[in-house]
Amino acid sequence: MSPALTTDKAGPAEVADDAPAAVRIDHVHKSFGRPGAAQPVLDDITLSVRPGEFVCLLGASGCGKSTLLNLVAGLDRPTAGTIEVPGGRPALMFQEHALFPWLTAGRNVELALRLRGVPRAARRPEAERLLELVRLGGAYGKRVHELSGGMRQRVALARALAQDSRLLLMDEPFAALDAITRDVLHHELTRIWSETRLSVLFVTHNVREAVRLAERVVLLSSRPGRVAREWAVDIPQPRRIEDAAVADLSVEITEELRKEIRRHGQH
Amino acid sequence: MASTEAPAPRPPAESQDLAGLEAGLDALDSVQIKRTPFTQVLLHKVLPPVLAVLLVVAVWKVLVLAGVTDDYKLPDPSAVWDSLTELWVQGTLLDIIWTSVSRGLLGFLAALAIGTPLGLLVARVRFVRAALGPILSGLQSLPSVAWVPAAVIWLGITDSAMYAVILLGAVPSIANGLVSGIDHVPPLYLRAGRTMGATGARGAWHILLPAALPGYIAGLKQGWAFSWRSLMAAELIASSPDLGLGLGQFLENARTDSDMPGVLLGIILILFVGIAIDLIVFSPLERRVLRVRGLAAAGGR
Repeated sequence: MSPALTTDKAGPAEVADDAPAAVRIDHVHKSFGRPGAAQPVLDDITLSVRPGEFVCLLGASGCGKSTLLNLVAGLDRPTAGTIEVPGGRPALMFQEHALFPWLTAGRNVELALRLRGVPRAARRPEAERLLELVRLGGAYGKRVHELSGGMRQRVALARALAQDSRLLLMDEPFAALDAITRDVLHHELTRIWSETRLSVLFVTHNVREAVRLAERVVLLSSRPGRVAREWAVDIPQPRRIEDAAVADLSVEITEELRKEIRRHGQH
Repeated sequence: MASTEAPAPRPPAESQDLAGLEAGLDALDSVQIKRTPFTQVLLHKVLPPVLAVLLVVAVWKVLVLAGVTDDYKLPDPSAVWDSLTELWVQGTLLDIIWTSVSRGLLGFLAALAIGTPLGLLVARVRFVRAALGPILSGLQSLPSVAWVPAAVIWLGITDSAMYAVILLGAVPSIANGLVSGIDHVPPLYLRAGRTMGATGARGAWHILLPAALPGYIAGLKQGWAFSWRSLMAAELIASSPDLGLGLGQFLENARTDSDMPGVLLGIILILFVGIAIDLIVFSPLERRVLRVRGLAAAGGR
């Protein structure tokens, strides 16, 4: 009955086509701690995101999803395996807005442009365009503390877009927002993604959010993180979080997530 | 638009609907910053300290009238006022103040030029921190008067000795302020900076230093207080006719002349200059930096 196509593959999906992926994660392992007493956090993760694809990484706490994102962002190195990001340094958005409070909203965006090497004269119009894109045209001169939580995340999105990366990494960027604001931001993100055709790797623990946003949902098991299962979400955009189709697939994925969590109570 | 999928594409009205919702959310959640009106500032910021000063002078006057002690120990407030006007009429008042203030500010600028790179090194280079960190913190608790005898033996009773004492007093404060400012930079800013390509010197310039600015300015404020204190101690102890007449020497001269109104005037002037520099330079700077970051309320209420 569900309009979603489910790939019932238990293992990681093989990269079938030869088209260059936006990110190619190949047999990546990550452990923390001293050699010998190291705690494995990620175990043999193989995952690719196609150019223009929106992938949600879903998992309970301790599945290492943020660790994986840090590896892709280049903030940390894998213990084994390789990560290729052909488009250069990916942009990263955090759960906290991470905007610099000593700069205005517009200047925050301009700093990303400047670090990317955009000439001075072109920065201001480009920053204004990006703020316009996140529907914050009038916020250029606003200080970070003058903005609401949702506006801050939109400025953070504009700043991430200013890096002009083909890959956008998002680490639970809407987790701290209230439900209505989050709903609005889901809509904005979907709109911007479909306008820019960016590749997005979006980490969340919220099943409905994942189904609302993604073309593909990848479920990670916990401790160590492994790719447990993945679903192609074939519900046409724009979706809404309360759509029956979104709800149906969410129920199915939540059931799998529960199974994964229960396994940890058994040993 | 001609999709045959189960849920039909939504009409564009929905997008408008969401835009309206978004505008509502933005308006509801935004913080409105109001400037405090001038009369409010006058009433809540200026009036209380003025009243406090008037109260002190009144108590002083009452003590004099009650005759609690001899006149040469506690002169009438008007006698102090007379010394002040006398200095003014002689035309030496501003010279005396300027001699000390110019020494103090010049010494402070030198301390700034030394303390800032030193603080950066201590904060960023682990070996330097292990080697110098404890010494810098220790120096902060050493009263800089203790350096005066050594400075006088090394450099004689000269301007150089004054500057040496100022530096030894102010450099540790400024360096430590920068170190604690850098230590308190949220790691998230550094991670965000790195994902944007701000590493190395660019990271220090665009992220680390601006983020550390509040702590640095607190260090500057303290550095100024230490500069001024050290200078006054040095001027008091190492006074010589060869040096220009500063506030410290003025105070010491008044003591040798048993001129109690002059002594009180000297103390009041030293206090006044210390407060004035803080109010004119450092407090506005600190307030501005904190207000921009939303760390301080716009007005004092």
